[in-house]
Amino acid sequence: MSSSREAITFRANVQKALRDPMLREAIKRATDTFVTKRTEGIASLPMEEWREKASTIRMKVLDNLPQYVEQFCASAERAGAKVYQAVDAESARRTVAGILEDRGVKKVVKAKSMVTEEIHLNPCLQERGIDVLETDLGEYIVQLAAEAPSHILAPAIHKTREQIGKLFAEKLGVDYSDDPTVLTRVARNVLRTEFLTADAGITGAPFAVADTGSLVIFTNEGNGRMVTTVPRLHVAVLTIEKLLPSVTDLPSFVRLLPRSATGQMLSSYVSVITGPRKPGDFTGADELHIVLLDNGRWEILKGEYREILKCIRCSACLNVCPVYRAIGGHAYDSTYPGPMGIVLTALLEGMERAHPVLDATTLCGACVDACPVKVPLVRLLCRLREASVEEGFAPLLEKRGMSAYGAVVSSPVMFAFGQTLARIFWPFAQKLSGYGPMSRIPRPVARAFRRRML
Amino acid sequence: MRIQFFSTCLVDTFFPETGEAALRLLRRFGVEVAYPKEQTCCGKPPHSGGYTHEARKAAEHFLSVFDGADPIVIPSGSCASMIKNHYPELFKDNPRLLEKARKTAERTYELTQFLVHVLNAHEAGLKGTGRITYHASCQLTRELSVKEEPLLLLNSLQGAEFVSLPHADRCCGFGGIFMARQPEISVALAEEKAATIRNTNADTVTGCDHGCLMNIHDALRRRGDNVAVKHIAQVLAEGL
Repeated sequence: MSSSREAITFRANVQKALRDPMLREAIKRATDTFVTKRTEGIASLPMEEWREKASTIRMKVLDNLPQYVEQFCASAERAGAKVYQAVDAESARRTVAGILEDRGVKKVVKAKSMVTEEIHLNPCLQERGIDVLETDLGEYIVQLAAEAPSHILAPAIHKTREQIGKLFAEKLGVDYSDDPTVLTRVARNVLRTEFLTADAGITGAPFAVADTGSLVIFTNEGNGRMVTTVPRLHVAVLTIEKLLPSVTDLPSFVRLLPRSATGQMLSSYVSVITGPRKPGDFTGADELHIVLLDNGRWEILKGEYREILKCIRCSACLNVCPVYRAIGGHAYDSTYPGPMGIVLTALLEGMERAHPVLDATTLCGACVDACPVKVPLVRLLCRLREASVEEGFAPLLEKRGMSAYGAVVSSPVMFAFGQTLARIFWPFAQKLSGYGPMSRIPRPVARAFRRRML
Repeated sequence: MRIQFFSTCLVDTFFPETGEAALRLLRRFGVEVAYPKEQTCCGKPPHSGGYTHEARKAAEHFLSVFDGADPIVIPSGSCASMIKNHYPELFKDNPRLLEKARKTAERTYELTQFLVHVLNAHEAGLKGTGRITYHASCQLTRELSVKEEPLLLLNSLQGAEFVSLPHADRCCGFGGIFMARQPEISVALAEEKAATIRNTNADTVTGCDHGCLMNIHDALRRRGDNVAVKHIAQVLAEGL
């Protein structure tokens, strides 16, 4: 393994996670439930056909993204929304803060949004004196605990209900309980007041529709509806690749996303928001502002990793990943953990920062099988590992070993000599490496198979 | 029928008994086995680590050694997948080798694939003993889609009892270079696999890839379990 500062940090994160039995148990329990429900939920469905269709639609979006962005902006404006295009995190934060400050907003309620995590929106707003409250139950929990989400869909997946009970008792002054129903009710009571007193709601959007200018929001707790309809102002932040061509493409994703995520046939609430409230409408915000963010996507789109932009953030790849399951999301120390997260982190934050997490995959391919839009994650991960070697991030000893391998692999005589050398030095190497890899591989045999075949 | 046998570097260096068992098995079905002596490694270890230059070197050597038209039989899912799925990718910019890689990929078989689809070995009434469980290795299962073949063979064994392993296709944590780069995670995954194996009360665990089996063997021994760990070639050849 590499000894860069980033690699050392990642290693420490991994060790910390592996030594935390509560964490490991919580993640195992939750991901196993998701995976089991997903497997049962899709058993009798033509998943292959659905995945193919969804993948084709997503590729169509990527192949024609400039056109869809333009169309979306026009349709959304026609529907009465105001659309802003932001190139990077800084400009997106400034735009959102500007909208809120211009309207004297003091309190914001938020629905779950990974993009706002990516651009670190909350601290920026708080610095400007705006109260920001997360209203997704999981997000609310991690916000109370002053932590970051450890899963893109279930942010508090790393916490047991006992830990959440203690957190609520400590931070909210309620009696301790580890009963999920009681805990949910506590959060609901707190949040209800906040919804009613907030000046603005902020959401992301897993999808946005180019031909109608609509935003699509999935929630299970109904908080998305509260956030987008109770306060008079709704600000949505989303990245450009979330677009779908037409409202007629939506059904493919409405059926695929929840099934891939939690195994649900449908999430409890699906909202399609087209523009702000119009005269005669019962619900909706008076003003709708949409911040369409690039933050590196155009660059990714041009390159060989573009298929990662098909991702619909369902989290199926996290749930089936053996490494995610063992170490949880915080160990990755990035907005996006798990297989899709490794790829995005490397592309958005650069190789220097991301090279250690490229090791957080066994390349087992469970993610590829689970992905509802057929992102070739193993291929992308392999290519990134290749790039990290090319860019000089491989550990020295490993590089030497591989050079030696390269020198002997075309020569059977040298190869056999290498086997003999390995046999001689193995006992020493095993002693040196402690509980490392060498101690887990047996000593090469005295008479290799090739010699037996002479 | 004639085949070319690629023993894989793991079998060659650490587990020659598996190679011998595979040969006995193939010969039992009248197969004439050629062992190209110049063979070394397929290039999977550098490939999974991102060392494409070294992987390509190995692949080129393999393609030159395994010339001809006979089927190539390999006692490993990950090596077979390297050749079938990744060689064409490695040579996508080299028309001559790409053509050769494609042709080679077409005649490459993982051992159980060959035993079932070409030799019908699952209908031959092979004999076995004991209570056997099976770990489904990753590239075998997901890249080659070889899922049923090992089960057909193991279930056909007369005198042995097959018991299925829960989450059989969950990664054991070997992952080639992964075990070196992330030893702690690798051990954690292997420990869970070992515990699942223990819970089946099998006396033998088998699989089609020595990488995984080595990793599983280590985890079982560290927890003091003496469940036998054998490559499927050994299990199938036991009654011969």
